[in-house]
Amino acid sequence: MHDTIMSADDIRRAVTRIAHEIVENNRGIAGLVFVGMRTRGVPLAHRIARAITEFEGVSVPVGSLDVGLYRDDLPERGSSVNIQPSDLPEIRGQRIILVDDVLYTGRTVRAALDALIDYGRPERIQLAVLVDRGHRELPIRADFVGKNIPTSRADDVQVRLEETDGDEYVRVSAAREAEVTR
Amino acid sequence: MTTVRAHDARATDAPLFPPVAPEDAEWQRHHLLDLDDFTVDELERVMLNTDAMKEILSREIPRVPALRGTTIVTLFYENSTRTRASFELAGKVLGADVINVSASGSSVSKGESLIDTVKTLQAIGADVLVMRHNRSGAPYLAARHAECSVINAGDGLHAHPTQALLDLYTIRNSVGDIRGKRVVIVGDALHSRVARSNIWSLTALGAQVTLCAPPTLLPAGLRSGEGRLPPVHVETNLDRAIEGADVVMALRMQNERMHGGFVPGMREYSRLYQVNADRLARANPGALVLHPGPMNEGVEISHEVAHGLQSHVEEQVTNGVAVRMAILWLITRTGGRAARAAAARGAL
Repeated sequence: MHDTIMSADDIRRAVTRIAHEIVENNRGIAGLVFVGMRTRGVPLAHRIARAITEFEGVSVPVGSLDVGLYRDDLPERGSSVNIQPSDLPEIRGQRIILVDDVLYTGRTVRAALDALIDYGRPERIQLAVLVDRGHRELPIRADFVGKNIPTSRADDVQVRLEETDGDEYVRVSAAREAEVTR
Repeated sequence: MTTVRAHDARATDAPLFPPVAPEDAEWQRHHLLDLDDFTVDELERVMLNTDAMKEILSREIPRVPALRGTTIVTLFYENSTRTRASFELAGKVLGADVINVSASGSSVSKGESLIDTVKTLQAIGADVLVMRHNRSGAPYLAARHAECSVINAGDGLHAHPTQALLDLYTIRNSVGDIRGKRVVIVGDALHSRVARSNIWSLTALGAQVTLCAPPTLLPAGLRSGEGRLPPVHVETNLDRAIEGADVVMALRMQNERMHGGFVPGMREYSRLYQVNADRLARANPGALVLHPGPMNEGVEISHEVAHGLQSHVEEQVTNGVAVRMAILWLITRTGGRAARAAAARGAL
């Protein structure tokens, strides 16, 4: 069994709300740089930036980050060993909004922080995620969250986005089902 | 050395995303011995990862922790500058520890066998053994007796896979898809492990490869198709071979292997087989000139072509570091340390 936790409309509203919160909390967009974490953080970062452009009338820089070489564990099952080039604008002295689809153990974010700091010293780094599913293993929290989803560790959270998957939803498959569908 | 790109424009333009490969197959290859059994998919994955490694090399401080705690040993029974240095740098950029062992000045010169040397280095903690040997097939023997990964950095007349991969990367960077492109490999193909490995990878991706050399310097069985190599064109006249070429790869005239009366003399050889400006003019405009190095300028390649606008020789060396990083990264995803780490986490 799986439950659809967010529909395409829910995702759109969450992205718009996060965009507003980011501008509000940062009192404008001065010095903001959006960094999407591969794979699905990248389209999300672009969407948030686009939303901000719509209501602020100014474009904001967006980059992409591959953290594969900074992980302290093997990539999770099914994820690729392939590393893609990161493509970042100048981040020194900027306010970075790190964007990812799911926040879980926090290890990917930890890797991303290390990777970012290798490029220079940002003024600050904030974290925006579409879904927070809990079960942190590190002292990391998100500043902007689309939806908090209570899960068990064995559950499988699937985020699908139009740009990367040709489909758009967030689903949670219960533990046993997740094993079978793989 | 940072490049500033037009990031601001991207926020509003509809961005293009590469489709996510559905649950990528894991990298299976534990050793890199030759490219003869590489699939197109594996070649593409090496190219993709090399792109990412190039980005790291372009950073102000090119260093990532990917292979922290991994020990790489380079074991060279033959001289080398660029291959060894680029493997060492590739390992260090990825955060690995690199130990260099030369045959001279090690226990090898006291008569230790190859297998014993491999076992000793493994016992010290080597995860990857990068090996160059003057005997064809030596890395295969090492791989049979090693649990660690073995990378062939050149064995005798047989194979030099990382050189072929960096050549492939350099060519693709300039010409894009190589299907149907004409690649002419000029020179001593008989003694060239570089040529052999290149023939495998270039033909696998659909390039038309022509070998050009005096008949005495061509591998046996090439024309008749009896050899193990995939079919290539053979042309002993360079002026004809180079006609319409997209890539011209000159091979080093290996003076140390020229004692068998293969050519009447270096002057005659260079008159007939040197890649010079006149001959290059017969190739396609803008054709790439490659050379695996070290170059004998004035023998197989003229000074002006070696350092001319069409020469990508230096780019080859730079790409060599990135390609070797990609190989080190991919190969350490298998067996050994990766498996132990996964087992410790109960993931396997």
